Amino acid sequence: MNRLLVVSFGPVSPDLLDAIADPVWRSYDLEVHRRAERPIPADAWDAKRQQHGSEVLLRTLLVGARDPGDRLLGVTAVDLCIPMLSFVFGQAQLKGAAAVVSTARLDPSFYGLSSRPDLVRRRFIAEVIHEVGHTVGLVHCAERSCPMSLATAVEAIDQKGEELCDGCTALVHDFKAAGSLTAETLRRSSRSQ
Amino acid sequence: MNTKWEILVVDDEEIMRDSMAAWLREDGYLVDTVSCGREAIGRAREKDYALYFIDLKMPGGIDGIETMLEVHKLHPEASVIIITAYATVDTAIAAMKEGAQEYVVKPCHPQEISLLVSRIIKVKNLQRENTILRQKLARQYHVHDILSKNSRMHQILDLIREVSGLKSTVLIQGESGTGKELVARAIHFSGDRAGKPFIGVSCAALAETLLESELFGHEKGSFTGATSQKKGKFEMANGGTIFLDEIGDISPKLQMDLLRVLQERRLYRVGGSDELEVDVRVIAATNRDLPKAVQAGTFRDDLYYRLNVITITIPPLRDRRDDIPLLAQHFVQRLSHELGRPVTGISEEGLRILLERDWPGNVRELENAIERALVTCRGTTLTAEDFQFLVPHEAAATSGWQPPTDLTLDEVERSVITAMLGRTRGNVKEAASLLGIDRSTLYDRIKKYGIPR
Repeated sequence: MNRLLVVSFGPVSPDLLDAIADPVWRSYDLEVHRRAERPIPADAWDAKRQQHGSEVLLRTLLVGARDPGDRLLGVTAVDLCIPMLSFVFGQAQLKGAAAVVSTARLDPSFYGLSSRPDLVRRRFIAEVIHEVGHTVGLVHCAERSCPMSLATAVEAIDQKGEELCDGCTALVHDFKAAGSLTAETLRRSSRSQ
Repeated sequence: MNTKWEILVVDDEEIMRDSMAAWLREDGYLVDTVSCGREAIGRAREKDYALYFIDLKMPGGIDGIETMLEVHKLHPEASVIIITAYATVDTAIAAMKEGAQEYVVKPCHPQEISLLVSRIIKVKNLQRENTILRQKLARQYHVHDILSKNSRMHQILDLIREVSGLKSTVLIQGESGTGKELVARAIHFSGDRAGKPFIGVSCAALAETLLESELFGHEKGSFTGATSQKKGKFEMANGGTIFLDEIGDISPKLQMDLLRVLQERRLYRVGGSDELEVDVRVIAATNRDLPKAVQAGTFRDDLYYRLNVITITIPPLRDRRDDIPLLAQHFVQRLSHELGRPVTGISEEGLRILLERDWPGNVRELENAIERALVTCRGTTLTAEDFQFLVPHEAAATSGWQPPTDLTLDEVERSVITAMLGRTRGNVKEAASLLGIDRSTLYDRIKKYGIPR
């Protein structure tokens, strides 16, 4: 059974982490396992931008032993960025093993509004399905309601559902049939990029 | 159109180019990365990237602007987005002046990059579609696509090649269905104007006022129904070719207007006061005897002389029967493919029927006959049986049927057209096809005889 190992960097609401098990199972046949919380890597902090670099979190996730076929998902409450972009909701290795998602900008309180846990939960699930989808090999989808559509603002995330669209679901099945969801193929495909 | 566009990210900072590349790959693009201008130019020699992200300041002697200039020398169509860490108006202006399509300051908002890339790619998709369509069109109408082994037709093909590079007006004469428009397109697509528009107008199909507006355009409010300004066919063909089919059918007023455009290469839109200059090559065609029309005073002699600079007369199919087997086989190949029929050829008996026929509707009629036979054919070869619909005509003439002798030719023509329109329930396209004439000719006859539809 392929697994998605979930690691929180710093404290993250357990309710949120519990919420992704079913959607991830339904979309990708991956069994979600929680791992111990880790501290946020110190070198991820960018003092100039007052944000954390998501690539450092990705690299940190990949350090250490894991079973073949396991995927890793890092979750954090801090705001993430990459050098080129002012922020990211998450980042993943395309056809790779690791992904990270930040809950910071999913919360209305980030924009000075009242916090809404139900909304954060919905947005978080959509983002997790999106980033894990990239590790499986899915690219952005043109269907707005599909979690794999590109979102550069929370309003776009709010248009997404929890379920992959038919097209992306078919692709996941194709990948599975072709064996690309096995660890061996994953390692081969990430090396070939 | 599923081909993935390729993007090259050029940045000396590894983390910058890798994160950018990863983000673009998630969007489905194929992305390569290099660390300096020299490497970028090397890659550009090997590959045709649709889009380049180039960092403005890079060590190694070649900065972003110089890299962009070299890339543009190799691929003038490539789009370049310059990336910089510091926004200054001077650098932005310099980058845009040298040909950058856009300019972004890092770190930028994801939405900005996303919109920028999708906008550029959308234009690239349209440009590619346009190029493919143009190539398709040019291929379709190239000189070597006019099939013939007849010596008179070969002289015409030589003439097409000779005149394709000129700007002179060409007058094409020939019966309906001989391929006048095909010749006009071959002239256009073999010459320097191939990349520019080819606009065809059937002069017989429209009433005088409509044709005037169609050819020269109109200004808003110039007549009832002119709710907005409209460009005419001459303006649309600017830089290219206008093909005026059935030129012998235009009214005296339009003859005068056309003469002025041919002489001065300038026109006014209907209801307009601004003179518009146009650079258009005119190719006209007719199945009428224009010298006779000039003699009869129905066609202006000065316009005739303007049009008659180079004349190409296409012989009817009955005068080049040696082309029938070649054309028939060509239509079988093309149409069987289009119709999804497994037919590969024509039997000897079938071919004999085709060779014995006079083909008043010429090549078009032959094409229609092959299409009809293909639809009903049950085997892989068209046989005499498949062409039986052509035979009754011939057989009737020899088996006692006598043409009426108490009617004029016009009356016979009128009754045949009326009957055919009745059979097709007023469908002009279908009636024209069955009569072996083109639609504009049929419209012309309907108008001439005042046949109700």
